[in-house]
Amino acid sequence: MAERTPWSLSGALRGMFAKKTIDADTWDDLEDALIQADFGPQITEDIVADLRAKVARYHTTDPADLQRMLREGLEERLSRLDSTLNLSARPAVVLVVGVNGVGKTTTIGKFAKFLRVYDRSVLIGAADTFRAAAVEQLATWAERAGAEIVKPQAQGQDPASVAFQTVERAIATGTEIVIIDTAGRLQTKGGLMDELTKIRRVIEKQAPISEVLLVLDATTGQNGLAQAEAFIEHAGVTGLVLTKLDGSAKGGFVLAVQEKTGIPIKLVGQGEGINDLTGFTPHVFAQKLVG
Amino acid sequence: MATFGNLSDRLAETFKNLRTKGKLSAADVDGTVREIRRALLDADVALDVVKDFTAQVRERALGDEVSKALNPAQQVVQIVNEELIRILGGQQRRLEFAKKPPTIIMLAGLQGAGKTTLAGKLAKWLAKDGHTPILVAADLQRPNAVTQLQVVGQQAGVPVYAPEPGNGVGNPVTVARDGVKFAQQKLHDVVIVDTAGRLGVDAEMMKQAADIRRAIDPDEVLFVIDAMIGQDAVATAKAFQDGVDFTGVVLTKLDGDARGGAALSVASMTGRPIMFASTGESLDDFEPFHPDRMASRILDLGDILTLIEQAQGAFDEDEARKLAEKFQTDTFTLDDFLGQMQQLRNMGSIKKMMSMLPGAGAMKQQLENFDEREIVRTEAIIQSMTKAERTTPKLLNGSRRLRIARGSGSSVTEVNQLVQRFEQAAKMMKTVARGGMPNIPGMGPMPGGGRGKPQQAKKKGSKSGNPAKRAAENLAIASGEKPAGAGAAAPTGGGTGFGLGGRKPAVPGKPGGPTDEEMAALQKMLGR
Repeated sequence: MAERTPWSLSGALRGMFAKKTIDADTWDDLEDALIQADFGPQITEDIVADLRAKVARYHTTDPADLQRMLREGLEERLSRLDSTLNLSARPAVVLVVGVNGVGKTTTIGKFAKFLRVYDRSVLIGAADTFRAAAVEQLATWAERAGAEIVKPQAQGQDPASVAFQTVERAIATGTEIVIIDTAGRLQTKGGLMDELTKIRRVIEKQAPISEVLLVLDATTGQNGLAQAEAFIEHAGVTGLVLTKLDGSAKGGFVLAVQEKTGIPIKLVGQGEGINDLTGFTPHVFAQKLVG
Repeated sequence: MATFGNLSDRLAETFKNLRTKGKLSAADVDGTVREIRRALLDADVALDVVKDFTAQVRERALGDEVSKALNPAQQVVQIVNEELIRILGGQQRRLEFAKKPPTIIMLAGLQGAGKTTLAGKLAKWLAKDGHTPILVAADLQRPNAVTQLQVVGQQAGVPVYAPEPGNGVGNPVTVARDGVKFAQQKLHDVVIVDTAGRLGVDAEMMKQAADIRRAIDPDEVLFVIDAMIGQDAVATAKAFQDGVDFTGVVLTKLDGDARGGAALSVASMTGRPIMFASTGESLDDFEPFHPDRMASRILDLGDILTLIEQAQGAFDEDEARKLAEKFQTDTFTLDDFLGQMQQLRNMGSIKKMMSMLPGAGAMKQQLENFDEREIVRTEAIIQSMTKAERTTPKLLNGSRRLRIARGSGSSVTEVNQLVQRFEQAAKMMKTVARGGMPNIPGMGPMPGGGRGKPQQAKKKGSKSGNPAKRAAENLAIASGEKPAGAGAAAPTGGGTGFGLGGRKPAVPGKPGGPTDEEMAALQKMLGR
């Protein structure tokens, strides 16, 4: 049984920061820890080189300084982009996209609840007409969150038409926020990615889309970047949601995603409970990661 | 299924430098090993596995076997290949069925790995093999997972045991135990138990999984893992190994472009074999995992065996023999061309097949752009010809071509292109029939074949290389199992190569990455 460690690098870094001085092993350990957190070889090299330069500049040999520098460096990198959700339009349409099994439906349930807590009226569109029982799964979440839902009339209905009907109804009933679920799709499937473009186009006939959220699974490795790039191209992603941070995965690849694409992380999911979704704060994230 | 495509690309890039050298210095080896390390890390192979792997490769590359070899670079490729196969689990393992039915299979894994979908795929696959599987819905956690399993079961045509509605109601251990009893009563010979997704760090849920395991005493516990997973694969796999002790691994979402390093990591860290690969959203996208083939795919030697197997399944053997005769007697006509193409369509997605060809990594873009309806258009053109025209394409003068173009709703240019392609194909086939070169795709005698070719050819000659060895093995199997078909087996593979070759001959011949010019030519071939 794996020990239930908090979601953090602290375990991997503990030995390193407990030492008296910074030596060659420290750098190797640091590099290993970052790679194991899925930062990827490129970003890892960058971070390590950056820290080496800083340590040399400040003539420090204290690992505690190194820890602080690492934390601050990560925080600075993560906070370069604005992670505020833009939901001021009425209705504010939010499209949720991602590959299969990253937790889109669950995220929507939690997000709806999150918005309901602030007393916003929410309408959910079940445009995942492909996966078996996805609509039912979403309906259960909508009920838990206290949100309305628009379901497809028939199995396998065109998702774009469900999206259209959802927005139409939101406008008619004056609902403030619309969240639209889409079927999971691997970014390599050209036809399915085109379908997303179509959904976007159809929605925009009625109302501008406020946010397109790409859901990324923290356990994903370097493929996360390929996912982000494809979804940005086809769906015009405006924000990232990082899910499953309650596991042992660190999700380091989001830093590469954020830096390469310029799309900020906006929400963080940390469990299967309905309240396990929070806004993204670089400070807290870096603090928890480095310890 | 260009799963490891990106890893192949990286290694290909690495080896490009090595291939040109006659001798390896220690510095060369170090440089190469560094590149391999980088490529593997980029492919999400776990760090510990990478360290172990590169150390092994380095040690062997500096050893005698390499420095004395005629072509050291090739030797390194060979070593990497062998090491990959070793880590991936060497031989393929099959499901172990219980001596006394029912055989109980339990699925476990993280959330969103694809367990429920896989349950359906596995059930359908088993049903096709004459088993009578039943699905047990023991995922009572995720909202409507039970409903999803019921739908999947319906699609697969397999019954589902689901006494509890799910959504947090009911005890999965009881459901699993009752499910097995139910299966015994109803005489189902395989029980597949779907469980809730759980995190490796969630002690409570892991205990539940262990409880389920204890309650039903499964013959196989399959750990389902997403091919996209990163460094966490090891921690997760270990947690599941300690928690429920799985007996095999299933890799899902292999149809994406994830580099699939997780396959290496999990196999290496847990010592459990990868048994199945799941490669798409349809319930039929499921196949046994072949470690040796996957290793070849990593090295970009292409998944030739799978291709040939699929071809053998789809090609009518009589047809193939007739075709082989036609090559020899030089009476290959447009009718045959058409028939061949129609058979190709039976083989399922051409894109999928093409992506198994060696060197296809570089062609990914082209593959994506390739339109299968192109075949339908070609069919239309050929069917607009008269009998005489089809047997004697020389008859096709300008006015006939215009008539055909009108009849098939295409343009004269398209008709011209088709005739050209046919002539090329016919010519190639003649060469083959005379030379008797078994034209496995990717080894075809294509002009402009890149740097990859000489090496592959050599391997073939010496019989030491893997593809050759495997091809021989395959032939042996084919002749052992169905002697009548043995003769036809090779031409069948050839038929495939040339069926494809006729339409886009550039594909199999460019393992070494085509130049821009060649790409343009290929685009033309594809009728664009």
